[in-house]
Amino acid sequence: MSAVEPVGRVSDVARHRVPAQAGPAEPPGAAPAVVSLRGAGVRIGGRELWSGVDLDVGAGEFTAVLGPNGVGKSTLVKVLLGLVPSAVGEVRVLGQAPGRAGPRVGYLPQRRSFDASLRIRGIDIVRLGMDGDRWGVPLPVPTRFSARRRAEYDRIAQVIELVGATAYANRPIGECSGGEQQRLLIAQALVRRPELLLLDEPLDSLDLSHQGAVAALIGRICRQERVSVVMVAHDVNPILPWLDRVVYIAEGGAVAGRPEEVITTQTLSRLYGAPVEVLRTSDGRLVVVGQPEAPALHADRHVS
Amino acid sequence: MNWAEANAGWSWNPAADIQQIWAFPFMVNAFRAGTVVAVLAAVIGWYMVLRKQSFAGHTLSVISFPGAACATLLGVSAGLGYFAFCVGGALVIAAIPRSGQGGRSQESALTGTVQAFLLACGFLFVALYKGFLGGVNALLFGSFLGITTTQVITLAVVAALALGILALIGRPLLFASIDGDVAAARRVPVRALSVVFLVLLGAATAEASQITGTLLVFALLVMPAAAAQQITARPALSLVAAVLIAVLVTWCALVTAYYSPYPIGFYVTTFAFGVYALARTGRALAAIRPDVSEEPANTPVGHAPLGGTP
Repeated sequence: MSAVEPVGRVSDVARHRVPAQAGPAEPPGAAPAVVSLRGAGVRIGGRELWSGVDLDVGAGEFTAVLGPNGVGKSTLVKVLLGLVPSAVGEVRVLGQAPGRAGPRVGYLPQRRSFDASLRIRGIDIVRLGMDGDRWGVPLPVPTRFSARRRAEYDRIAQVIELVGATAYANRPIGECSGGEQQRLLIAQALVRRPELLLLDEPLDSLDLSHQGAVAALIGRICRQERVSVVMVAHDVNPILPWLDRVVYIAEGGAVAGRPEEVITTQTLSRLYGAPVEVLRTSDGRLVVVGQPEAPALHADRHVS
Repeated sequence: MNWAEANAGWSWNPAADIQQIWAFPFMVNAFRAGTVVAVLAAVIGWYMVLRKQSFAGHTLSVISFPGAACATLLGVSAGLGYFAFCVGGALVIAAIPRSGQGGRSQESALTGTVQAFLLACGFLFVALYKGFLGGVNALLFGSFLGITTTQVITLAVVAALALGILALIGRPLLFASIDGDVAAARRVPVRALSVVFLVLLGAATAEASQITGTLLVFALLVMPAAAAQQITARPALSLVAAVLIAVLVTWCALVTAYYSPYPIGFYVTTFAFGVYALARTGRALAAIRPDVSEEPANTPVGHAPLGGTP
C-alpha cells in the first residue's frame, strides 16, 4: 500500500548549498547522516500508522514533515527522540539508536502556550534547557567563582540574543505573546548546541506575520549554526524558501525527497492513490487541492 | 504556669514579648514546630502551586482528618495517623492512571469521591471515640497547645528528610513541572518524579495539618507560595520569599494567638491572606504605573478610548 518512492540520499544539492567553512574539517562524504531511516514503520495500538519511510537528513539540512492531520507526523518526531519505538526498519539518529544522542538533539514539542499565570521568567525556561535534567539544586555560588556557571550564563545570553528575545527574556513567560514564547522555546532547544533540532508544529498557533518571522529564524539557525532541522509543519509555505527535503506522509505511506520532487501533482496522486492536484499561486505558494482528508498545505491561507 | 500572668504583659517591645513568651516550654515547642512546618510547607507548596496540584493537596489535607481521628481511636499518637493517611493517600493518588484524553477530569472525580468517603469515615471515628468531640475543633482548625518535644523532633526529622529529597530532585522536578514534554525527551523521569513529589506533598500536608488543622492547611501550603510567586518570577528568589513569608506569618500568628483568646488557625490564615492580598495589589499597581506615567496628569479619568465612541 505504500506508494513510496525512496528518494534522496544526502543530496549533492544540500552539500553544495551549505558554505564549506561552516562545518568542522571533515572529508566530504564521510559524515554520517544526522537522521537515517530505512524502511521504518510505526504501529500504535496494533494499528499501523505509516511504514516504508526512507529518509536521510544531512548536516545543516532543513527537512519538513508534511501530511494531513492524524497521519502520525508527530509520531515520526517521537520515533527520532526514542520516545516511540519503530516497529520495523532501521532508525539512526546521529549514528546511534534514537534517544541515545542526549543533548545533541534539541526538541520543541507541539503545544498551545504557557499558562498566563505562570510566574517563571523566559530566561529560566531557557536555562532549564541547559541544566534542567541535572540532579540537585544549584548552590547560590556567585557566578564569578565558577567557570562552568559563567560559561553557561554566557551561552544562555548568547542563544537568547540569537533568537532575538533579549528584550523580554526577563519577563514572566506567561506574559509573553505566542511568538515570543516560541522564540524562547527555540532558544531552550538550542542552548546546548544540538546538531539536530526536532520541531513539532512550531508555527501552529502563531498569527501569519509571526509565522513568517519564526520560520525565517529557524531557517537562519539551520544555515548559520549548521543545525539540521526536522520540522513537522501544517503549512509548507512559510518554510518553503529554506526547505532542502520533504517527507510527505499520507495513507500509511510516505514519500521523501526534495520539495520540488515531492509536492507535485504526480507524486502526491500516487501517494494518496487518488487524483490530487498541486497548484502554484502567482506569489509562489503551493496549494494542494482534492486530497481525501483535511487540507494540510493550504489551510490558514485564507485567514486574514 | 499562670495564663493570666502570661497575658498581662503586651509591652510593645518585641524582644521583651518574645522573651516572656519563650519562658513557657509549650510556647517554645510551638515556635519550633511552627517554624519547621512553615519551612517545609512553603517549599513543597511552592512546587504544588507551580504544578497546579492544589486539589491533590486539598485532598491529602482532608484525608489527614480521618487519619488523626483513627489514630486517636486506636490509642496511638495522632501524628502517626496524620503521616500514615497522608502518605498512603498520596500513593493512591499517584497510582490512579491518567492515560488518554480526559484523564485529568476522571482523576479529579475519583479523588473527590475518595476524599468525601474518607472525611465521612473520620466523622465516624470521632463518633465512635466518645468524649473526643472536644478535640474535633483542634483537628479541623488547628491548635498549638501541648506540642511535646518528641513531636517537635518527629516533625523536624520528617521535614529534614523531605527537604533533603527535594534538594536532590529540585531542578528536574522544576523542569518536569513546567515543561513535561521536553523534560521527558531529555530523559527526566517525569512520572517517577510526580510520584515522589506526591509523597513529599503528603508528608508536608501531614505536618501542616498538625499546626493549622485539616481545613486550614492551605494557609501554609498555598498562600505563602502564591504570594511569593506574585512578588517575583525568579524561581530561587520566590522560593526563599515563600519560606520567609510562611515563617513570618507563623511567628506573628503564634504571638498574636498567645495574647488573644482566639484560635491560631484564624491568625495564620488571616496573616497569610493579608500577605497574598498585598502582593497581588502591589503587582497590580506596578503593572498600572507605566501607563499612568505616559498619560498627561490632567487626563480625565473617564476619557474615551483611542478611536473611541463618537
